[in-house]
Amino acid sequence: MTVLGLILMGAGVLFLLVAAIGLVRLPDALQRMHSATKAGTLGTALVILGAMLTGEVARPQSGLLAIIFLLVTLPLGAQLLGRATYVARTPLEGLEDDPLAEDEGSGLTRK
Amino acid sequence: MAFDLSAIVWGMMAMLCLVTGLAAWRMLRGPTSADRFVAFDMLTAVAVAFSALIAVASGRSGFLDVALVLSLVNFVATAAFALFLERKTRS
Repeated sequence: MTVLGLILMGAGVLFLLVAAIGLVRLPDALQRMHSATKAGTLGTALVILGAMLTGEVARPQSGLLAIIFLLVTLPLGAQLLGRATYVARTPLEGLEDDPLAEDEGSGLTRK
Repeated sequence: MAFDLSAIVWGMMAMLCLVTGLAAWRMLRGPTSADRFVAFDMLTAVAVAFSALIAVASGRSGFLDVALVLSLVNFVATAAFALFLERKTRS
């Protein structure tokens, strides 16, 4: 069980490392968010799961709650932040022709 | 036990320090404020992972509660930042 927990924690740390590399290397804000949110959520959840499985922690139930909250709230926060990024006219890579910005009814006034 | 558990966990924490450095670089550098908020989101996720690792290294289960509270605060902070960014451009 301890070995399984260590493997999960190692995988989670690797996912977080990949997310951070994507955060540094990718060209615009939404692509960086894609890397930080998906790989970051998975990495953090794996680290907490591994920490619960090692058996070193006396009361691991709150770790389960933390994983549930992370899985619910991190994508939700990223959705809010992504919408705000678009509305705030952040320059995006490869977005020359943007029909959403010309659509008056969308409520996303970009131009 | 054939291996030293806390030494491995400390090694993982050293790797997370590198992750923190990369995210902090993006936060300092980030050309737009959206980049900074994304980096902030990532930094709190790393802090949650850190506290889970500390819970294993020290054997205190209270650090898992810290992880839970940090993940809640992270959501509120991200929502507030998104609202702020949207209001700032609307007005």
